[in-house]
Amino acid sequence: MDFKLKGPFQDPGSSFYDWLSAHHPDALPGVRIRAEENGNESLRSSMISHGTTVLAMKYGDGVIIAGDRMATEGYQVSARRIEKVYKVDEHSAIAIAGAAGPCIEMARLFQTELEHYEKLEGSELSTDGKANKLSQMVKGNLPMAFQGLVVIPIFVGYDLKRNEGRIFKYDITGGRYEEADYFSTGSGGKDARTTMKKMYQPGLNETDAVRTALEALYDAAEEDIGTGGPDLIRGIYPTVKTVTAKGVIDIEENQIRQNVERLIETRKRGT
Amino acid sequence: MAFPYYVSPEQMMQDKAEYAKKGIAKGRSIIAMQYQDGVLMVADNPSVSLNKISEIYDTIAFLGAGKYSEFENLRKAGIRHADLKGYMYSREDVTAKSLANAYSQALGTTFSQEVKPLEVEIAVVAVDETGPAGEIYRISFDGSITDERGFTVIGGRSEAIILFLKDRYKGGLPLSNTLKLCKEAMENVSGQNLTVPTMEVAVLDRNRQGRKFRRLTADEITELVNQR
Repeated sequence: MDFKLKGPFQDPGSSFYDWLSAHHPDALPGVRIRAEENGNESLRSSMISHGTTVLAMKYGDGVIIAGDRMATEGYQVSARRIEKVYKVDEHSAIAIAGAAGPCIEMARLFQTELEHYEKLEGSELSTDGKANKLSQMVKGNLPMAFQGLVVIPIFVGYDLKRNEGRIFKYDITGGRYEEADYFSTGSGGKDARTTMKKMYQPGLNETDAVRTALEALYDAAEEDIGTGGPDLIRGIYPTVKTVTAKGVIDIEENQIRQNVERLIETRKRGT
Repeated sequence: MAFPYYVSPEQMMQDKAEYAKKGIAKGRSIIAMQYQDGVLMVADNPSVSLNKISEIYDTIAFLGAGKYSEFENLRKAGIRHADLKGYMYSREDVTAKSLANAYSQALGTTFSQEVKPLEVEIAVVAVDETGPAGEIYRISFDGSITDERGFTVIGGRSEAIILFLKDRYKGGLPLSNTLKLCKEAMENVSGQNLTVPTMEVAVLDRNRQGRKFRRLTADEITELVNQR
């Protein structure tokens, strides 16, 4: 049966992403470069800003999500205080590693997507629904990923039906995998994961969870040249947010600074 | 070749307008009124899920009276318009004025070109984050648009309610007083009591962070109505 309406009000469904793809494909994240324009060479990483380590970890009240603040172009620092962790709606957040431009744009598009759906339908998407939608968007980015513009998100949400925090990781093909405890991605992702592996315990309280996240990011910054450590001179510290039943809350910079200072003190003493 | 009967344009427009007005008058009324912290919207609506009041964007809300399927389409088109603009430019560039104009164009075109006009009356309301000023636009089935001060009423016996409110409306009242005034106006004109389960109430509260739109729950409405 065909229920298609004619004229300016035809109903294209509740997805902003699908609607944008159909009507304004030029406004989608990134630039589609044709093969002949690009030659055989893909874009060199020295030409594109890259964001690096982001992580997510479950704790007693929900999930904690964090990221460093540095972006690099090849061996150069291109930005010292970019944001890689975004609140998407009341109960979910996204952290992104990869080419900074398309990453930031995808986060913004995803925010619009969820809000759009909520307003049209009058209710929020389920956590699984949100995770699946993001998977389609990452898949849509695959042609760009082949040209070097990789976007790898971590999605976290507080599932109000299950009363628990959930973590989803993605690969460049849009493959979506749920993580049970913690995950980290980006150039320093492996180092951050190692730290979390040692420190993680189920049901940590918020203070310990924040400390663990900061330890993991600190270790990633030590081992990986692409990850920025806390910048004490300029006062730049990692971003940390909690995603719980109460919503998405930023951990205050003051609290992060105190934690980082304590961490550095401990390490100076040679533990 | 058979010629269609000649109908003068005046006659045609008049017939269409009458048809649309009749459809709109069948429904119940909706009031949007400024209060201390923003704009209050009250609808006489027995349905819990089929809303007449809804959110369009950060500071903008939509009210629709008349045929549900028709204003629902307009509502969705408005959300698309706003979200696209906000995504392409910035959140602060989405304005009630541009949205109201887009609605006016769409309704005007439909009224003059289609056989059946849309049997709807809509309003676009907005709050200003920084000052007490708000915007209330009322848009009719033929695309005519008016910029209202203080309050507006659409659908049902809107003219009678406007007449009732004209002398009684005072700007800048607290939420409970404003809600009571709206309720009183609707009851006075319809001659029936308005009970909480049939009231759809929402506010655009400028003191809220981010999105200003919020629906009030039945408990909140009861408390506000009973407040002295």
